Amino acid sequence: MFLEKVLTVAFISGVLGAGMRLAMPILFAALGEVFAERSGVLNIGIEGMMLTGAFCGFIGSYLTDSPWIGLVFAILGAGLLSLLHAFLSISLGADQVISGIAINLLALGLITLLNRAIFGLRLIPVSAANFESIAIPGLSEIPILGPFLFSHHALVYIGLILVPIIYIVLFKTTFGLRVSSVGEDPRGAEAVGVNVGRIRYICVAIGGVLAGIGGITLSLANLSLFKESIVSGRGYIAIAIVMFGGWNPVSVLGAALVFGLVDALQLYIQSLGITQLPSQLLISMPYVVTILFLIIRFGSSPPSALSIPYIKEN
Amino acid sequence: MLYMNGISKRFASVLANDRINFEIREGEVHSLLGENGAGKSTLMNILYGIFQPDEGQITWKGEIIKIQNPNEAITKGIAMVHQHLTLIPIFSVAENFILSRRSTREPFLDLQAAGAAVLKLAQEFNIAIDPWEKVSQLDAGTQQWLEIIRALSRGADLLILDEPTSVLTPQETERLFKTIELLVEKGKSVCFVTHKLQETMRICNRVTILRRGKVVDTVNVCDTNERELARMMVGRDIQFHIDRAPANPNRVVLKVEKVNIQAKNRHQVLKGASLELRGGEILGIAGVAGNGQAELAKALTGLQAIQGGKIVIDGEETSHLSPKQVSQKGVAYIPDQAWKKASFSDFSIEQNSIIRSHWEEPFSKWGVFNRKEISRHAKNLVGGFDIRTTSEQMLAKSLSGGNMQKLVLARELSRTPNLIIAVNPTAGLDVGAKEFIYKTLLGERTKGRAILLISADLDEIMELSDRIAVIYAGEISESIPVNEVNLEEIGYMMAGGKQGHD
Amino acid sequence: MGEGEGDDDIVELNHPPHKGVILFVHDLKELGFGLLSIITALSIVAIIISIAGINPIEAYQALIKGSFGSINGISETFVKATPLIFLGLGITIAFRGGMWNIGGDGQLLLGALGATVIGVYLPSMPPVLHIALSLVGGFIFGALWAAMPGFFKMRRGTNEIVITIMLNYLATFLIAYLVSGPMKDTTQLIPVPQSREIVESAVLPRLIPLTRIHSGFLIALAAVGVVWFILERTVLGYEIKAVGVNTDAARYGGINIFNTGFVVMLLSGGFAGMAGMSEISGVHHYLLDGISPGYGYLAIAVALFGGLNPIGVVFSALFFGALNVGAESMQRAVGVPTATIYLLEGLVVIFVLARHILKRRRRSS
Repeated sequence: MFLEKVLTVAFISGVLGAGMRLAMPILFAALGEVFAERSGVLNIGIEGMMLTGAFCGFIGSYLTDSPWIGLVFAILGAGLLSLLHAFLSISLGADQVISGIAINLLALGLITLLNRAIFGLRLIPVSAANFESIAIPGLSEIPILGPFLFSHHALVYIGLILVPIIYIVLFKTTFGLRVSSVGEDPRGAEAVGVNVGRIRYICVAIGGVLAGIGGITLSLANLSLFKESIVSGRGYIAIAIVMFGGWNPVSVLGAALVFGLVDALQLYIQSLGITQLPSQLLISMPYVVTILFLIIRFGSSPPSALSIPYIKEN
Repeated sequence: MLYMNGISKRFASVLANDRINFEIREGEVHSLLGENGAGKSTLMNILYGIFQPDEGQITWKGEIIKIQNPNEAITKGIAMVHQHLTLIPIFSVAENFILSRRSTREPFLDLQAAGAAVLKLAQEFNIAIDPWEKVSQLDAGTQQWLEIIRALSRGADLLILDEPTSVLTPQETERLFKTIELLVEKGKSVCFVTHKLQETMRICNRVTILRRGKVVDTVNVCDTNERELARMMVGRDIQFHIDRAPANPNRVVLKVEKVNIQAKNRHQVLKGASLELRGGEILGIAGVAGNGQAELAKALTGLQAIQGGKIVIDGEETSHLSPKQVSQKGVAYIPDQAWKKASFSDFSIEQNSIIRSHWEEPFSKWGVFNRKEISRHAKNLVGGFDIRTTSEQMLAKSLSGGNMQKLVLARELSRTPNLIIAVNPTAGLDVGAKEFIYKTLLGERTKGRAILLISADLDEIMELSDRIAVIYAGEISESIPVNEVNLEEIGYMMAGGKQGHD
Repeated sequence: MGEGEGDDDIVELNHPPHKGVILFVHDLKELGFGLLSIITALSIVAIIISIAGINPIEAYQALIKGSFGSINGISETFVKATPLIFLGLGITIAFRGGMWNIGGDGQLLLGALGATVIGVYLPSMPPVLHIALSLVGGFIFGALWAAMPGFFKMRRGTNEIVITIMLNYLATFLIAYLVSGPMKDTTQLIPVPQSREIVESAVLPRLIPLTRIHSGFLIALAAVGVVWFILERTVLGYEIKAVGVNTDAARYGGINIFNTGFVVMLLSGGFAGMAGMSEISGVHHYLLDGISPGYGYLAIAVALFGGLNPIGVVFSALFFGALNVGAESMQRAVGVPTATIYLLEGLVVIFVLARHILKRRRRSS
């Protein structure tokens, strides 16, 4: 009976489509974190940056009725926050984990404060113009593949296109090579004339920007809603995905999709109203998957200089 | 082409370079010869812009220049290839090559072009290389060649090679020499920093010998020979001489049988190393750093796994015991860089005084420390070894280098060990501290302990040892009684010469 | 010049967390700096508040009145500080031992679960015994929740930061499931998702009538003493600190890195679990959702600000507790949202960081 409900085209298409959409916020954040970590900076503050992006994006769209302006707000907000992290961990050489946690606390406080101050507590939540779903004519009608790949909002398409772009940047350009060199062996890189500090700043900033986009994907794309718990650990999950995906944008995409599909699956199963499985068990599936991701490492190792502050010899 | 005049450089209490005059001509291979601590690295680091000289000036291609940092040095045409290579191991040859130059197809990587460039150069120098291989997979000789080529490709006219053969096999060394010959043909100059006599004789045109921060002489290689160079390098003036009774060795305390250790990159760090040590004697292992000493000491104390052979202490095999277990067998260990590896600088002196015995009575009982005992112990150590400090509660990092070392020694010896392993115990210390430590070690010897002294300081070895062996490239020579040893012979062996040659 | 590694299966503790963050409470200069950072953080927040149109002086007055102006206020401060002390102790142990335990929230919840199970399903017994069992139960449950990340970190170098955070979420779901399902109190007229009340004998007695302050606070102080004793007077504490400060020298000193790291996680989780027990047995008396509004993360700020020192943690916890209580009254009085506290806390952590960087720089120049 259960299987009958599950193995229908409608169900599968639904799960696939939702899975793609749910994977997007994490994908953006993870892609950003790939840059940061490849250059040797661990950014635990992704969670806070996503929150900032979600909120700033929401505000931007609320004020101007355009989600795209919201996107700009999101990028600016999260980007600024990432510069703070960059300053603390790169220029000052502070411990990157503590800096990240401090940023999360800061962001939580600031955003909650602003949220209450601007919107107050309302019974009916505020909404803002969000990214509408754009179905690609023709392609979106293909059964199963259509809903999976071709009828989403703009951010999904942007995200999917970013993956190969980032792959090319990281693996096929000199910039990408320098990023890897800084993350593997900053002294060796410095010895050849690479400016370690500058590259790390750039990568952390990229991380922030993408985390911000990931945030706005939560507040203005899937739903048009902002609440303080909107990120709910996805920033940390992004970090796990980066590790599991071997710091490679393509496998990160795969891991993000797995996560998204698991998340979608549990939502859809819940909607089937099966009372034997407690809803909490279903909700916890994505998190369990993340833990499994971390334990079952496929042997790829992190950049050797990850999370070690680089202090120039004098 | 290069003149360094009157260069002096002082670090704290050590005069590393003492009014050194050094020059290199165009198209010449000039050896800078000297033992560890003679001042060679300091001089070259000054040339390469890592340090600034306290006195003196540098003239390069007719101009007096100041070099503030390595980038400046490179722009001026001076490049250095260090002992520790700066290639990025995970990257391929081509990737490392591109890193230092502009790509032909900015902003995209042009690995093909880089690979082709590398191959072309490899052909010129007769080196076999695969541009797509990871640098970590290459053997040390090829890695080094790549470093040299990379330095050249940035326009270097003078190449400084710092102890280049310390990690090379004989064949790789040959290839290096051919490379150097080719470089000279292209009009480059090479400064060959080394402690090895054979190589100086083989490849260099002139040699400048440094000893204790001063230039001994600069001679043409064709006018001299290895024996003479050894004499100049090592000198005859031994600073002080402690009288001691002849050795009275008793039972065998330590037996090392054909131990092999392999590093992660498959480099054979220790090859069939063997030695035997009895109580009441000091066996000195002389050798330049990097020939396997550190690994030997670690293996003996349980900190390093061995891949073959046997270690036997006091009749019991300890090849695979944990550090704690080895320590409990009565083994004292003063490692290299003891201030970093054998003490906690952020802990107090008291807390440092119980390292390696903190679980034992009387310092702790049932897991709780007996502070009075520890305090008493610390005071004993401090008093007995004349360690200058205002209080035992002070953090260890407040101690000077010499006092820190004395603390480690005091602590290790207070455990009344049967076997003492000391690696470079007086490195960087002043004469007073040195003398104290020497007296202490000799005292232990009189008490019948077995002492294994591993040191890069030949004077120290000569001063303290009853028997001397030399470690070179992971192999340990037969040991010779000290009164049969001749200083030049030892220097010769430390530099790779074979025992008993004339 | 190879420096060979030790045994290959021992994990290198990469970059111990607390290097450079330990304050020594008996150093007056550090106290002074602590004060300075509070003042600076308060000033920054004051600026933000006034931009929002609220008078910061009024706001801070309400804050102080709320936490110190009445018996109720002061006792609430202690109530809020109690779990923070336990958590802060756990984090102090973890960070000083080189382990990033960010799972305080989850371990607290598990401890709460343990205490509830013992308080609800065991029959009445002499209160001392029952409370002691609850304490032990809370500790064990919390320790178990930290055991898994500890094991994988020491054995395989798995990143304990993300695992402990994931376990926080899982703990929340677990509790939610249990209180709306198997452990739900069905005797209520209108069933709500919470467990049955714990038996009378398992309740931590009130210290001052008509207030919520309970003897959990005293137990917390005792725990401070225990942790202090462990860290300063025992072999275990010595080994924990050694591993956290210099893994190489610790190995040289004969310390078993794996064992020590694992024990550190167990202890850390255990104390967090005791925070949960204290909340159940002393405050709520039954298990429900939302027992820990982010205490685990807040406790990190508490521990860092307290200089990763058990005694410092007490003062730091009282300070943050007072802030939380005062924040509620500040919200009622002038409308500043309680979340401002997070902002303050984030700022304080940043200042702690900055201070130690400056100290390190000055030392090396």
